[in-house]
Amino acid sequence: MREQLEKLLTEQFPGVQFEFSEFRGELTMSFQKEIVIELCDFLKNEPRLDFILLEDLTAIDWARRTNRFQVVYQLFSVKNKYRLRLMTLVDESECEVDSVYSVWKAADWAERETYDMYGIHFRNHPDLRRMYMPEEFEYHPLRKDFPLMGIPGSLPLPKK
Amino acid sequence: MQKLTKDEVHPKIVQALLAMDSDITVEDALENEMVLNMGPQHPATHGVLRLLLRLDGEKVVACVPELGYLHRGYEKMAENMGYLEYIPHTDRLDYLSPPSNNVAYVLAVEKLLGIEAPKRAQYIRMMMSELSRIASHLVAIGALAMDVGALTVFLWGLREREKILDMYDVICGARFTTSYTRIGGVAQDIDTATLRAVREFVDQLEEKLDEMERLLNGNRIFLERLEGIGVISGDDALSLGLTGPTLRGSGVAYDLRRSAPYLFYDEMDFNVITFSEGDSLARYFVRADEIRESMKIIRQTIDKIPSGDTMLNAPKKVLPKKTEIYSRMEELIHDFMLVNFGTYPPKGQIYHAVENPKGELGFHIVSEGDAHPWKMKIRSPSFVNLQSLPHLVKGHMISDVIAIIGSIDPVMGEADK
Repeated sequence: MREQLEKLLTEQFPGVQFEFSEFRGELTMSFQKEIVIELCDFLKNEPRLDFILLEDLTAIDWARRTNRFQVVYQLFSVKNKYRLRLMTLVDESECEVDSVYSVWKAADWAERETYDMYGIHFRNHPDLRRMYMPEEFEYHPLRKDFPLMGIPGSLPLPKK
Repeated sequence: MQKLTKDEVHPKIVQALLAMDSDITVEDALENEMVLNMGPQHPATHGVLRLLLRLDGEKVVACVPELGYLHRGYEKMAENMGYLEYIPHTDRLDYLSPPSNNVAYVLAVEKLLGIEAPKRAQYIRMMMSELSRIASHLVAIGALAMDVGALTVFLWGLREREKILDMYDVICGARFTTSYTRIGGVAQDIDTATLRAVREFVDQLEEKLDEMERLLNGNRIFLERLEGIGVISGDDALSLGLTGPTLRGSGVAYDLRRSAPYLFYDEMDFNVITFSEGDSLARYFVRADEIRESMKIIRQTIDKIPSGDTMLNAPKKVLPKKTEIYSRMEELIHDFMLVNFGTYPPKGQIYHAVENPKGELGFHIVSEGDAHPWKMKIRSPSFVNLQSLPHLVKGHMISDVIAIIGSIDPVMGEADK
């Protein structure tokens, strides 16, 4: 499956660098965030790949100065019974990625959750609100600089 | 349920509710159409799920679910906690099927560590997962029936579930928060008397299930309240990321026990149940038939269960046996180190998903080589399945919203994490 994937990708995206790595039999592919829509669209609609299910979408905070965040897409091909993980780096100064809502509707809440927890903006998302935390909340709890005990007074109490 | 005024709803939520025709102002919407607040404290929303409904008469025009009332920050806690310490917290995700959450988490950690539990432990895990699937589906069917007005089935379902909880008590030492699995095995072995009791339970469940189904399948009120309600096609369901009975009710034969087999499910003989209608009734039928398939699997595990250890012997990663800790120095040291400092998996990241009663439960663990994960993401089935709610309820009556929530069978402990 990996050879076929690499072959199809070099045909479709000539000159684009993809980085592959394998750990415990799982394939991870890194790419530049600019092509996220084209890439996801291709992976979903190419009949030989058929990654029809977006299982999960999240981010990792690496707590470093450059390329602080990494957005992770977890795909599954029901037909080929194959799992693929996509990863793309996002810098804190330009905390934006294109939303893949147009490819998989499942990205709707997953992107809202990622925005809520990490503060990464998803461009062209239809309704980018917080998922769990109240709208008035100012912080992003899963960032590494957010303390485990929370910030006292940061959660507004309901009005009487 | 109460009528809301403009000030009580956050402007962004109102915006989401009115997104379709933005020329309506909020005041107008509240005059001509009504914005209704359902939950979070509403018995029919299965926990603290809040729905904002925009109604035209009694028809739902738009629905915006609000989550987060049970958000306990389990993903943040996982980053500050050892791998072994986290097992009890998985009980509290999908609290209707704790053993299968335990199994899902431990399998993910074992994959990260690169170890595999002994065969007997894997069979026990499989049996426990299927028992919890039966327990969860019994509640799901009972609660769905109760939501649409058939109270008896709920009581009958809980009566059978009670027997399963009693067996949890014997096997795990707790009825509800089982915390049964350990990294590299299970906490205690099962004796033959308990296996016999499980078998007897499964044998008598057949008849009880027939009784329950006779009560529902011949009930015209039940059938008519579910038939054709909340229809979703297979393609839409896949695109929305639905999994579990909610997806299989739309005719997609996606079951991780077959699509990406774990434990020894590839050696088991069972069918993946699908119904093509995609409505609430089909989702009920899928659950009812899956109970029978689970019974089949439990019978096979009891027949085939091998003898041997239930914990792996891997001193730096897996807890040693209690008897050895008290009699041997080496084991005492290992136990001390594991409990106090934890296991150190290699650098890397894995994603492991299992088929839980509600759908696909996945753990994405990122390890930096420390004793605690750098990041852990829980892919909870209820969260993703609830995403389909606004699509399903559009155009239906308020009373159908209740039936549709019941047929999705969300557990808020898992959806809110």
